[in-house]
Amino acid sequence: MEVETTLEMENMLSTKNRLKKERFNLFVKRFFANRQAVLGSMMVILLVLFALIAPFITKYTPLQIDPAHRLQAPSSIHWFGTDNYGRDLFSRVAYGGRVSLAVGLSATMLTALIGMVTGLYAAYYRLLDHVLMRICDGLMAFPDILLAIAITAVLGPRPVNVVIAITVVKIPSMARVVRSVALVVKEQTYIEALKAQGAGSFRIIWRHIAPNTISPFIVQATYVFALSIILEAGLSFLGAGVPAPNPSWGNILYDGKIVIFSAWWMTVFPGLFIILSVLGLNLFGDGLRDLLDPHTNKANK
Amino acid sequence: MQECLLEVKDLKTSFYTEKGLVTAVDGVSFTVHSGETLGVVGESGCGKSVTAESIMRLLDESATRYEGEINYKGKNLLKLPEKEMEAIRGNEIAMIFQDAMTSLNPVYTIGNQIAESIMAHSDLNKKEAYEKAVEMLRLTGIPSPEKRIHEYPHEISGGMRQRAMIAMALSCRPQLLIADEPTTALDVTIQAQILEVMEELKKELNMGIILITHDLGVVAEVCTHVVVMYLGQVIEEADVETIFSKPLHPYTNGLLKCIPQLDGDRTKPLFTIEGVVPSLDDIPPGCRFAGRCPFADSKCRKEPPPLEEAAYRHKIRCWHYEEIQRQGAFEDVAIPS
Repeated sequence: MEVETTLEMENMLSTKNRLKKERFNLFVKRFFANRQAVLGSMMVILLVLFALIAPFITKYTPLQIDPAHRLQAPSSIHWFGTDNYGRDLFSRVAYGGRVSLAVGLSATMLTALIGMVTGLYAAYYRLLDHVLMRICDGLMAFPDILLAIAITAVLGPRPVNVVIAITVVKIPSMARVVRSVALVVKEQTYIEALKAQGAGSFRIIWRHIAPNTISPFIVQATYVFALSIILEAGLSFLGAGVPAPNPSWGNILYDGKIVIFSAWWMTVFPGLFIILSVLGLNLFGDGLRDLLDPHTNKANK
Repeated sequence: MQECLLEVKDLKTSFYTEKGLVTAVDGVSFTVHSGETLGVVGESGCGKSVTAESIMRLLDESATRYEGEINYKGKNLLKLPEKEMEAIRGNEIAMIFQDAMTSLNPVYTIGNQIAESIMAHSDLNKKEAYEKAVEMLRLTGIPSPEKRIHEYPHEISGGMRQRAMIAMALSCRPQLLIADEPTTALDVTIQAQILEVMEELKKELNMGIILITHDLGVVAEVCTHVVVMYLGQVIEEADVETIFSKPLHPYTNGLLKCIPQLDGDRTKPLFTIEGVVPSLDDIPPGCRFAGRCPFADSKCRKEPPPLEEAAYRHKIRCWHYEEIQRQGAFEDVAIPS
């Protein structure tokens, strides 16, 4: 008897692991079959690697001023040229990438977290829904950039405050996506069945409704990431973001604005990186949406 | 006499809607004993499911008003705080839903879900809960449950999903099982198997079952006692033999006559009860069935009949039941075989 049960348990575990492995392999296969997702993730990974590794390749720091060599065109010494203070643009773009991506990523994670909580609880409790959604409506009534400028103007232009500003601006879009999916899930029979099983509201919300909102949530998060990068660049460009002399893609663009006719490289390189990161993230998001949503999948076939 | 498990006393469930207060269940009373299967029959919209959901208190309480009493082992469930109700749900009273296709969460394996509800009501650890889940699945007749347990709901068939639901509902050995049309979405072969499983488990656990259905064949097969509902009210209540052999209410009789007979005359059109069910926000003043009843007279249209006891454990809500009783029974009553 003893031997039999252990055998059975082993059997059970091996089936479990086999099934898990099969499902994982299937997902990997489908991911690599999706051109958008692969291309998008490649672009994002390369950009991140660039931002992380580039400072070790170049011998210039982003703040090193060299007035004798100002506004030099790209050459073998200064790969991306130099700016109006003679600082190496390659180094500035790489460090700026660190700042822009870090601000974007932290704003996205914060937005995702708060948006998830807001969306789930708004969907589950009707009274709370009215309160939270009216606040979201109020936030959405402002143009993104204006509200963000107002917030950084009050808090002061520092990277942390830029993150806060972007988060506040982007929470409604995240919360609404989560809420709309959660509202559908909430009415499913299995949620009623769970209540009939004696499940409390916490267990229903976090263990059963939340996982069902994950796919649109992740897709939305990639879009929020892309939009945060644009918003951060916009804020820095307007002087309400990352303060000089620290580089960010936005304020390098701002520096380049004055000399745009004599030094094209100062606008082209940071602009190119903004475009590439946003494009990469959007492609990745689109790819993930096709991958995670069974309905679009069928339509493609 | 077995222990009285659940007593529903004059239950009235109303919803606040845009048209005002709408009463979906109006003064329903019945009792369920351990080891007994109570069938609740009636057509769509007569309040069967609302009655079940009222017992479990699953309705949105901000939009619902309950009156009356639901006594479970001496406790009035309608008065219990939500926390205590959560401890009863699933553990002492369990429910199976009609729609097996959507009653399981698609993001978890069935074993995960069954184990979760076991762990919620007991001190078992994860491994023990999984073993118990396998055992419960085996009890419901799922072949090789130790493999099935790791599959997601979309990977198994409807019949198996319904069995998984039953396994989940019964995993904590409830005293009372409410089955809301458990076999409606299934084909007859699976239906027979599911009913058999429920019957066996009832004997093993000595639980009471409330079986909600509109399939009189199922009622004849498994129920010991039957409540017939019409438009939120109980119109007849009797044991299963009486309901099928000597129904007193014209509606019950009509329902029985609606069952097509295998050896019946194929050229004749099937029997129907004329008319439609009135809307809940426009209930006629007299007997609720009067508009469709062949026996209805002016009294029926003016005064609502009370629920009277025609015989021992045989209640009836009709002004004319005595005449019908004197005649013996309705003519050509169909008994499903």
